[in-house]
Amino acid sequence: MVAGWFAGEGDDFTLLGTRCSGCASVFFPREDSHCRNPGCGGGDLAEIPLSRRGRVWSYTDSRYRPPSPYVSDPELPWEPYTLIAVELAAERIVVLGQAIPGVTVADLTVGAEVEVVPGVLHEDGETVWTTWQWRPTGVTA
Amino acid sequence: MTGEVAVLGAGMHPWGKWGRGFVEYGVAAARAALADAGLEWREIGSIVGADTVRGGYPGYVAGATFARALGWQGARVTSVYAACASGAQAVATARAQILAGLADVVLVVGADAAPKGFFRPAGGDRPDDPDWLRFRALGATNPTYFGLYARRRMAVHGDTAEDFAQVKVKNSAMGALNPYARYRKRVTAEEVAASAVVADPLRLLDICATSDGGAALVLSSMEFARGRGVAEPVRIRAVSTVTPTYPNTVLDLPDIATDSAAAVEPAAETFRASIAHAAYEEAGVGPDDLSLAEVYDLSTALELQWYEDLGLCGEGEGAKLLREGATAPDGRIPVNMSGGLASFGEAVPAQAIAQVCELTRQLRGEAGERQVEHARVGITANQGLFGHGSAVIAVR
Repeated sequence: MVAGWFAGEGDDFTLLGTRCSGCASVFFPREDSHCRNPGCGGGDLAEIPLSRRGRVWSYTDSRYRPPSPYVSDPELPWEPYTLIAVELAAERIVVLGQAIPGVTVADLTVGAEVEVVPGVLHEDGETVWTTWQWRPTGVTA
Repeated sequence: MTGEVAVLGAGMHPWGKWGRGFVEYGVAAARAALADAGLEWREIGSIVGADTVRGGYPGYVAGATFARALGWQGARVTSVYAACASGAQAVATARAQILAGLADVVLVVGADAAPKGFFRPAGGDRPDDPDWLRFRALGATNPTYFGLYARRRMAVHGDTAEDFAQVKVKNSAMGALNPYARYRKRVTAEEVAASAVVADPLRLLDICATSDGGAALVLSSMEFARGRGVAEPVRIRAVSTVTPTYPNTVLDLPDIATDSAAAVEPAAETFRASIAHAAYEEAGVGPDDLSLAEVYDLSTALELQWYEDLGLCGEGEGAKLLREGATAPDGRIPVNMSGGLASFGEAVPAQAIAQVCELTRQLRGEAGERQVEHARVGITANQGLFGHGSAVIAVR
C-alpha cells in the first residue's frame, strides 16, 4: 500500500528512509518533499537503507482485533500479534513494527537486540501484502 | 503576562453511551453553561465549537452547528480541530478574542458521539495519512501506544502493574462521586488485575473507554464579569497549545517512528513536559502553587507520566508519588478529582473543556464530596495527536 519503505531479500532486506543533504537528518517513513528540521535551509532528500539491527525500546501486543483499515479475516479467531518499537543507534530513531509471527511479549525485554526481516501482512486472492517485521536476533524461525 | 479571562459558566452533558447525536450533547452542555453564567444565548457575542470528525460535515463545522441548534442570532463563529486538544484550542480561541477586544463574552462547546470499541481513522484508502497508515500497516490502535509507554515505564522506572491499578482505584473512587461521569462505581485493584489484557501490560480497566459526552464554558472579559456583579470569578490565566520541538524523540500517536536525533540534539524537555512548562510560564506559577491537577489519563500508566511532566515529582518518581498518597484527594496535590478519563471515557472534543469545568467547580468550592479544600490554582493537561499541546491554568 506504500512504496519504497523497504527493499531487498533475506540478509539484504532493509527499511528505506531518506536523508537530507543539507543537515543529515534521517526520516522514516521516508520524507521526499521537505526536510522537517526547522534549523535546516532545505536540502535534497536521498534514499538510504536503515540499520538492520536495533534494540527494543518497548513492546506490547494487540489482544483484540484492530478495526479497519487493518485487514484480518473476521471468520477466523483473533490471533494476537506483538508490536515492537526499536531504537536504531546509528540513526537515533525509534521505529515501530510487528514482530514475526510466534514471538510474544514473553519472549522480549527492553534493550534486547532485534533485526528487521521481510514478512507478510496479509494475503488476498490477488496479492501478498509484504511488510517489515522485527525478529529477536538468534531466532531463526 | 497577557491578561486574564473570567469563567462565568460551566456545563456538561453526562458522559456515557447514549446513542444520540453529538449536537444534542453539545446543546445540553451549552444551555447548562449559559444557565450557570446567568446569561441568555442572545447575549453571547461569539461561539467557538471544538470539532468532532465523527459527526461528519456538521462535526467539522461544530461552531456553526451548535449555533444553528441554539438558534441563529448573528454571533461571531469559529470551529477548531486539534484532535484531543480541540477543546483547549477552542478555549484558547475564545480567550484570544476576548483579550483582543473582539468579543466580551464567548460560548465554548465541545461534544462527541463516539463509536463502540477502538477509535479508527476516517474511511477510504489514504496512504498519505499517518493515522490511516498506522492502522493499515501495523494495526496499531491507541491502546497499543499506551501499552508501549507503560512497558517502557516498567523497564526504565520499575513501575508495576499494581501501581497502574492504584491509579484506577483512586480515580474510580472520585468518579463514583461525580454525577457527570460515565462510570460511577469504585473499582478495586483486584478487579483491575482480573480484567482482560488489551495491550500488554495494560488491562481493560487500565485504559479509558470511548464515550459520548459534551462540555461547555462561558468565558468573558473581566470587565464584563464585574458588570454582571461577578467580582471574583474563576479566571483563566494560561492556555498552552505548543507543538513539540524537532526532533521529537518519544513515539507519539499516530506516528510509526520518532523523529531522528541523528542531526539535531533533542531538547532536554520532552513534548509533554514542554506543554506544562509553557502554561506555567504564561501563568507565572509553578508546580508548588497548584491546588489540584486534571490530567489526561488515557491509561493509568500515562497518569503517572503526567506527574513527572507537570513537575509534581522528578523523572521516574511518578509511582512513588502515587504510593505516598500525594495525588489522592487528601494529598498534597490531588490529581483527577473529576474521576478522570478513567471514569468519563473519551469524548474527544469535549474532554479538555470538561477538565476546565472541573477546575471551575473546584475553584468555586462547588465540587461537593470531591472538593479540594482551599483550592486556588488548578492545571489541566492533555495532548492531541499530531503534535497538539494542551494545558490550561485557572485561578481563584
